[in-house]
Amino acid sequence: MSLLTCQELFLGYDSNIIVKNLNFSVNSGDYLCIVGENGSGKSTLMKTLLGLQNPIRGTVSTGDGLKKNEIGYLPQQTIVQRDFPASVKEIVLSGCQGHCGLRPFYRKEEKAMAEENMKKMGILEFSNRCYRELSGGQQQRVLLARALCATRKLLLLDEPVSGLDPMVTASMYELIYGLNKEGITIIMISHDLMAAVKYATHILHIGDHVFYGTKEEYQKSEHGKMFLAQESGGQEKADSKRSKGGKHHHE
Amino acid sequence: MNEIFEKLGLYFQHSFVLNALIVGVLIALCSSLLGVTLVLKRFSFIGDGLSHVAFGALAIASVLHFSNKMMLVLPITVLCAILLLRTGQNTKIKGDAAIAMISVGALAFGYLIMNLFPTSSNISGDVCSTLFGSTSILTLSSFEVALCIILSIVVVILFLLFYHKIFAVTFDETFANATGTNANRYNLLIAVIIAVIIVLAMNLVGSLLISALVIFPALSAMRILKSFRSVTIFSAVFSVFCAFLGILISILAETPVGSTIVAIDVVAFAVCALIGSFGTAAK
Ligand SMILES: Nc1ncnc2c1ncn2[C@@H]1O[C@H](COP(=O)(O)OP(=O)(O)OP(=O)(O)O)[C@@H](O)[C@H]1O
Ligand SMILES: [Mg+2]
Repeated sequence: MSLLTCQELFLGYDSNIIVKNLNFSVNSGDYLCIVGENGSGKSTLMKTLLGLQNPIRGTVSTGDGLKKNEIGYLPQQTIVQRDFPASVKEIVLSGCQGHCGLRPFYRKEEKAMAEENMKKMGILEFSNRCYRELSGGQQQRVLLARALCATRKLLLLDEPVSGLDPMVTASMYELIYGLNKEGITIIMISHDLMAAVKYATHILHIGDHVFYGTKEEYQKSEHGKMFLAQESGGQEKADSKRSKGGKHHHE
Repeated sequence: MNEIFEKLGLYFQHSFVLNALIVGVLIALCSSLLGVTLVLKRFSFIGDGLSHVAFGALAIASVLHFSNKMMLVLPITVLCAILLLRTGQNTKIKGDAAIAMISVGALAFGYLIMNLFPTSSNISGDVCSTLFGSTSILTLSSFEVALCIILSIVVVILFLLFYHKIFAVTFDETFANATGTNANRYNLLIAVIIAVIIVLAMNLVGSLLISALVIFPALSAMRILKSFRSVTIFSAVFSVFCAFLGILISILAETPVGSTIVAIDVVAFAVCALIGSFGTAAK
């Protein structure tokens, strides 16, 4: 049986349908990348998979004995109120909360795990700093470390590399790939098609035309070819623009 | 100086003064604990609404000649806290409106009932003392003192047991829900604790000033400190210190207890805000 199965899923807000008739399933050990334009409903799908909102129609069912507290999640946006007093350490540790049940305090192993994940994300040096006073990319890394703490079987990431510098982005992809190799199932939303094709095992493309299949199938499909070509073309253009801009700056 | 101590010594020979001090300090401690959560979750207006509900319930209890008014006030306030939280979850605007409706309604009915069925000749005095606390803390019955102590201890223990969960739910409810912590359950717990604290605090500062007791310690701590744990500890110490000082001053200067404590809270908040702004300027 698969970890997550979506059957005839219709998504939207207040009966305003955004995504129609999604059918796919995620097996243990898969690395699924969800791609699509802005506003195509990727985040909405992820929230529905997590049970944070109800689908208009259809079902999301879990299998393989997946429990809620075995899931890690990185939201696209976390609105933290001004002045919220919370240190990095407190936030990362709160990722372990799901494993506590009614136990009031964190175990030693959980504290060690939080430390380990902060090290992985390169934020150990800020562990006593206030979250609000960190840069956007640093905050993103804190939330990633928290998501890693919560993860046992399944990790859902909503644009994990947005706001990260190229170095951290690359190591982030390697880290997620490593977790996947260790047997953790990954579902990731990304606008970085190149990385999606490089690391993922499956691709779900949502938009006017829905595609679900392995990445090999995606690369061969008409639709996939078109988007991949666009992406690499767009990338080159952006690069050349950037280098021109750079020159201009030096003159 | 010696005079003051002599006067205090004289007062402390009376058990009611000592009782007032113990109860006051405990209430201050309890109300400060959840302050950060209330401020950050925008629950502070729920606190305000609930205090008016408690006022209305108190009016009903005195008209019905309840010997222990708390036995009626406490369940009604807890019930309203749960109701308000439920309606607040559905839609934001409706929740706000519901709170305003309930709180103003309770205030109006409370006053009306007190006027229609006067229990003493001095109605405005009664109303004033329920709203502002006046000297009622010095006239607590031994039952009320015992109830206060027990409830305070329960609140402190619950807070300690659920401290990490309260943090997780306050910081990011969505993440908590997504990863297997039932946020609604803890929101309910928070609402019930608030209701208990409000009923307790009504004895000390009266129903109009309760919000001050809840909010000032948290806001002061947040000016200076940056982690949840340090803010929580600081606000507890802050609140206890201000309540202690306030009660002593009110005994010596014969001022109303509630407003004296709140006045000291305000001054201490100003000091913290100053320290906080110096701290950021120094950086
Ligand atoms: N809370 C909401 N209420 C009503 N409509 C919403 C809500 N959140 C999102 N939408 C709408 O649903 C659609 C899909 O939004 P969603 O956030 O899922 O897009 P997305 O694919 O994640 O986009 P992006 O790439 O920008 O993150 C959008 O058209 C948006 O306007
Ligand atoms: Mg999105």
